Amino acid sequence: MNINHHPDETTLISYAAGTLDEAFAVIVSCHLQICETCRETVRTAELIGGTHLEQSEEVPLSQGSFGRLLEKISVEPSTEINNQQSVGELTLKTKKPKHEWSELPLALQSYLKTNIEDIKWKRLAPGVSHHPITLSENANSSLRLLRIAKGKQMPEHGHNGHELTLILQGAYQDKFGTFAKGDIADLDTDVEHQPKVISEEDCICLSATEAPTKFKSLLGRILQPIVGI
Amino acid sequence: MYVQDKSIPIRRVDVTKNETTDHHELLELIALNRDKEAFEQLFVHFAPKIKALMMKQSSDADTAEDLMQETMLTVWNKADKFSKYRGSVSAWIFTIARNKRIDGYRKQGTKHYHDIEDLELSDDATDSEEQVISNERDRMVSDISKSLPPEQKEIIEMSFVNELSQTEISKTLGIPLGTVKSRMRLAYKKLRKSVEDVL
Repeated sequence: MNINHHPDETTLISYAAGTLDEAFAVIVSCHLQICETCRETVRTAELIGGTHLEQSEEVPLSQGSFGRLLEKISVEPSTEINNQQSVGELTLKTKKPKHEWSELPLALQSYLKTNIEDIKWKRLAPGVSHHPITLSENANSSLRLLRIAKGKQMPEHGHNGHELTLILQGAYQDKFGTFAKGDIADLDTDVEHQPKVISEEDCICLSATEAPTKFKSLLGRILQPIVGI
Repeated sequence: MYVQDKSIPIRRVDVTKNETTDHHELLELIALNRDKEAFEQLFVHFAPKIKALMMKQSSDADTAEDLMQETMLTVWNKADKFSKYRGSVSAWIFTIARNKRIDGYRKQGTKHYHDIEDLELSDDATDSEEQVISNERDRMVSDISKSLPPEQKEIIEMSFVNELSQTEISKTLGIPLGTVKSRMRLAYKKLRKSVEDVL
């Protein structure tokens, strides 16, 4: 897979720090599976986290803290490791994790629990449908799959907040270039664009938003409450 | 029940000699021997720091203590996985604590983080040479972190220690989001260069 568009460096640093909201972190994880360059950036940023942990002040522990931890280890000698091993073995036997997407990215599979062809799409407008993905109750962001038909041009729109879009299938083009499978569009507030699907197949994207999308045209503004993005 | 493998000689590690290297040795002892004394040494070093990190999120000492215990329990349970992690012990423990913070305080999913971790662990990577490089990288990152200009250092600390998002940092400091990003980029550029110089 030839990746031309990556998340912004600051998005990757925030991912490493653990400050991205869930929808955004899921998309970055999907991209990391297939992008060694970005994995390296995250690993380097995690070193910063390690350094800050090392330099951290120390807070006194409660009395008998280590003893209680030992009790947990003795009561449950290796529950976590056994679970991990069994899950790991299963993974190795059935779907050894790879730096490529079999059909869907690993990080998306556990949220979607279905194949892409079995997704129940909800039509939003001619040529545009979506499938919202349920996140944790406390998530402050939205994650959805968007399916845009071949040849379709979306209304010009800006963003009220950060938006991260990962292309899973097909390709689109806007003023920033051509975005194909594996590419990420990392768009900030006030960036306006008008993507047009240029692939021979429908374009399927995974999109994370933190605030409602604002459409510029009348059609877009009418579409927005229906689209819900 | 916990049974120690007596075929493997027990070594005591003097962490005052070379902390970074010896943290590797301690983890190795935990992984191979299920060595509780080695685990205690690691606990004494990291647990009060992890608790302090947790308390940046909330002043509730009991929750911070619980999350610290969960972090150290994962260190014990996954010690054997560390050998393939391409980073320092402190960075690895930071990632475990980070996930516990997201789970425990924000109550958001972290399965996607684990998916990528599993993927990395399935690589045929890392040997002792890689570990030596990672130790050196860690030392360089530590040195550079300390010498960053105050305005860049502040952004990095707010992100990694206080776990504030870019937007939250922007609001807290009363500066534009773009300034937060540019300071973050500048800081990372210096850190990245120091890491590349090691390779």
